[in-house]
Amino acid sequence: MDAQNAAQTTTAQTAAHDRDMRPVLDAQDIARVLTRIAHEIVERAKGADDVVLLGIPTRGVHLARRLAAKLEEITGTKIPVGSLDITMYRDDLRMKPARAIGRTEIPGDDLDGRLVVLVDDVLFSGRTIRAALDALGDLGRPRAVQLAVLVDRGHRELPIRADYVGKNLPTSLRETVKVQLQEEDGRDAVLLGQRTPQATGQQ
Amino acid sequence: MKRHLISAADLTRDDAVLILDTAEEMARVADRPIKKLPTLRGLTVVNLFFEDSTRTRISFEAAAKRLSADVINFSAKGSSVSKGESLKDTALTLEAMGADAVVIRHHASGAPYRLATSGWIDSAVVNAGDGTHEHPTQALLDAFTIRRRLVGRDAGLGKDLDGRRVTIVGDVLHSRVARSNVQLLHTLGAEVTVVAPPTLVPIGVGSWPCEVSYNLDEVLPKSDAVMMLRVQRERMNAAFFPTEREYSRRYGLDGDRMAKMPGHAIVMHPGPMNRGMEITAQVADSDRCTAVEQVANGVSTRMAVLYLLLGGSEPAVATGNAPAPAASRPSPATTPERGAERRPFDAEESK
Repeated sequence: MDAQNAAQTTTAQTAAHDRDMRPVLDAQDIARVLTRIAHEIVERAKGADDVVLLGIPTRGVHLARRLAAKLEEITGTKIPVGSLDITMYRDDLRMKPARAIGRTEIPGDDLDGRLVVLVDDVLFSGRTIRAALDALGDLGRPRAVQLAVLVDRGHRELPIRADYVGKNLPTSLRETVKVQLQEEDGRDAVLLGQRTPQATGQQ
Repeated sequence: MKRHLISAADLTRDDAVLILDTAEEMARVADRPIKKLPTLRGLTVVNLFFEDSTRTRISFEAAAKRLSADVINFSAKGSSVSKGESLKDTALTLEAMGADAVVIRHHASGAPYRLATSGWIDSAVVNAGDGTHEHPTQALLDAFTIRRRLVGRDAGLGKDLDGRRVTIVGDVLHSRVARSNVQLLHTLGAEVTVVAPPTLVPIGVGSWPCEVSYNLDEVLPKSDAVMMLRVQRERMNAAFFPTEREYSRRYGLDGDRMAKMPGHAIVMHPGPMNRGMEITAQVADSDRCTAVEQVANGVSTRMAVLYLLLGGSEPAVATGNAPAPAASRPSPATTPERGAERRPFDAEESK
């Protein structure tokens, strides 16, 4: 069921499908949500001194960079930000053709003793985050790991929850949630639509 | 389902670039405290080596282990093969043990192709060098090394070797490394020149996608990468050149010749090196020589190949549609020493 990071449909299909999708968050909503999450991180980490943000490719990385910029505005210090590719740790690797691997970039020396905040766009089955936790285990021993997501659409298949949620979006399994970001898609939006047999690239 | 890597010629440009990009990410695993990924857990990779090759075998072994596959090493010496077992029976044994991939090195050209297409086994077959035919993973790691050095680690991602001039020097006749490299580098857009004494240029080289030269000094100033092939002394019994000294003078790379190369150009060697023969110690120890880097890159590249062949439900690279090697190119498909040895592969073929 975990369709996150699934292969994208062709541009034409995607464009046709986007018109049928209902916007849930627009660019301003996303900016406000990220500002709130940044404040929550500072509040809970009591200053965000040892915070490291790790985005999960592809859109999680862009969100992590935006969060880092907002944290820097709030705290005045530079927050290390990197990426954590989970492809090699997925539990559904054998169910699809071998996927291209994303980039894992750990900022600074290591993660030992740091507060790692994982950042992803959509929290769905929780399997991506399970894979991310496994991947983190091979990279070091953080003091704690927290999770920030832009959208939590429910339907968890594992005992995982997010610490910071941009928007709780109750969905049915027949619906798809799609996050678009300026860096990747040319605009900021969260779209909700109906799952169609062709639209396999949705989340 | 086709999922083999038999010949570098089977790879399209996109396949090759995907392998190089994947290898680039795999290389980063080597910098981590835990140099292991769980990706191929539960899969078994058999290294089936009918020819001695410590470096290729340990490279494949390291690659498979870093991806958490179980590795079984099967070498012909002291095994059932030395007791006269045929390739087919060996293959059926491996199949019964549940091999998911077979990495095969064989002295007969075409043995991996036979293994992959005969229906004896279901596993993926990776050619780790067959006779004088091909050695595709060596070509991939060479292309990876060239791209890293000449284009850049991150700048090279997604790019091919368009317009880079690569010169391959030495025993092209017997070299599977040269054959695979000519194919792959051409696919990646590089301009390849092979330089060798006329006696060590194979018949039918005219159909290869490369230039042929007999004069190393003319080619060096126009080369971005110079690949020195090992003079395989064990194959030189037919006296392909008068003396080693003469070969070294005309086709060896020394400090003076290296100085004629462009400033950015690199010297490559698949190893093991014969210092003083095709390459002098001065060149081998200079920082332009990538021989040691190639070994490290070999592990990353082979990790990428194993992952892309075994990591998903079907391979991400469309390989294995190869025509029979003997029919595909008019290269000499026999090795000089073959007649003297037992040939389990041939025995099967003639049944």
